[in-house]
Amino acid sequence: MSAQRVSGADRPRKFRMTRQARVEARAGYLFLLPNLLGFLIFSLVPIAACLALTFTKWNLILPPAFTGGKNYQQMVSDQLFWKTLGNTAYYTIGAVPIAIFIAFWLALLLNRGMRGVKFFRTIYFLPYVTLTVAIAIVWSWIYNPDLGLINYVVGLFGIDGPDWLQSPTWAMPAIIIMSDWKGIGYPMLIFLAALQGVPEEYYESAKIDGANWLQRVTHVTVPTIAPATFYIIVISFIGAMQGFDQFYVMTKGGPAYATTTIVMYIYQQGFQWFNMGYAATLAVALFLVISLITALMWRVNSRGPSLSAN
Amino acid sequence: MSKKTRRRIGNALATGASTLIGILFFAPFAWMVSSSFKDISEIYDFPPKFIPQQIKWSNYADAWNALPFDIFFLNSAIVAVATTVGVILTCSLAGYSFARLRYPGRDKIFLAYLATMMIPFPVLMVPLFVIMKNLQLVDTLWSLILPAVFTPAGTFLMRQFILTLPRELEEAARVDGCGFFGIYWRIVLPLMKPVIATLAIFTFLGSWNEFLWPLISISSIDQKTLPLGLTMFQSRLSGRTPWNQVMASATFTIIPVLVLFILGQKYYVKGIVTTGIKG
Repeated sequence: MSAQRVSGADRPRKFRMTRQARVEARAGYLFLLPNLLGFLIFSLVPIAACLALTFTKWNLILPPAFTGGKNYQQMVSDQLFWKTLGNTAYYTIGAVPIAIFIAFWLALLLNRGMRGVKFFRTIYFLPYVTLTVAIAIVWSWIYNPDLGLINYVVGLFGIDGPDWLQSPTWAMPAIIIMSDWKGIGYPMLIFLAALQGVPEEYYESAKIDGANWLQRVTHVTVPTIAPATFYIIVISFIGAMQGFDQFYVMTKGGPAYATTTIVMYIYQQGFQWFNMGYAATLAVALFLVISLITALMWRVNSRGPSLSAN
Repeated sequence: MSKKTRRRIGNALATGASTLIGILFFAPFAWMVSSSFKDISEIYDFPPKFIPQQIKWSNYADAWNALPFDIFFLNSAIVAVATTVGVILTCSLAGYSFARLRYPGRDKIFLAYLATMMIPFPVLMVPLFVIMKNLQLVDTLWSLILPAVFTPAGTFLMRQFILTLPRELEEAARVDGCGFFGIYWRIVLPLMKPVIATLAIFTFLGSWNEFLWPLISISSIDQKTLPLGLTMFQSRLSGRTPWNQVMASATFTIIPVLVLFILGQKYYVKGIVTTGIKG
């Protein structure tokens, strides 16, 4: 081993490392260094800076001015903030449970082991990997009131479809439908993997006890895959609360702020109106909401007997 | 009914249902492709027809020339490749460091990595813009590459994988006089091929699809990536939208990711499944 001698013998330490341990420690720091530097500059410093920015007013041109808790006061009385928070909740609660529910049944369907499972799995998953921006443009065309596919299809049933993306009532449901179509492949895959891990004996013994198919699903499948379900629920909620791309492309937050989500509002405040301090404050609020909901879900999960496997 | 026939009927029903749902999932893609070949007059036909009367290949050339898509493609490719290579290098080194080497403060640093994985991107994006501005990297491809190269998530994935590798090989190499870098380079890295493939395809697709941060950082047209270019197409249009060209551009933007996904599906799915089950 041709490692250089570390000349630290003159430095007394509480407990001295052996020469080998010093070489190992130095290698450890060196290996970590490139990533750690980037991590500090592009993750840790921005997090701290975001917190600091919330106490300032700054338009990027004039030097930032310390304003104490003013941004937080402004936020609490900002009607638009509450509206965007409400929109985010609407979107999240509208999109996530439906997606998880459908994904679960799709996974059950594919888990039968019939032919072509891999093919169908790929088809259901394709929307998830494609660019949200491109997909959102395609769906804007599908939602077109006069020429779009959707209004043609509902027209076949004698329904006069709305101008989906221009209607304050229908814009959000339209985006929810598109997001579910796009995102279902992800939870489906995790469900599918979890289902394959359920031991066949569980079903056998449930059958002997006289459980029918639906009872086996609710009493055997659901409890056994609970950890995967919990993971899906948490990840889906966190992801949905940060929705942006499809909103930007399909509605730009309109009409009348009906689809302005919290991330869209942060983007507008920061990068269209250059209120950097206020944008940072909104971002901290989003972080707090996400942490709160995640913590709540952890608590429910550790207490609820229906969700934990035993 | 015997068990076998019941199973068979069940499977036939399941295949039928899967096909029906599959059509539903595939319809928007089919609609996109079929519209991309239509003549503009046919776009405004109602009721819409799925099969174009005549295939207009020229839509693709027209869309390609309407905006500098060659530059967008090149930029997207540069950013995605550079990010992927960078992630694999820095994250595998750091992952090895966290998994195998002992030094003071290691576990605390790792805990910091874990903690920041939970932070939503909007928290980072405002200061990130300021940092990039100070580094004079705003509106350059560097601003898209650098923040994506040092992901805590990638480091975590690498560390977890290295922990599952048997130590014996490394110890044998050490006895034979191999240094730490030699062990990493000659023993560990070759063993990491599957997880590297997973991280690579994740990173590449993620970078290719990234929208919010480029939207903030990039303003010049010659620095734009594909998603930004696509929305330009959309916003400069008014009046009678040439939807056939828009659909053509969406199609040629999506095709590379579809090809890559289908080729690397095994690794991609594996990555999702391991994070989902162990996470």
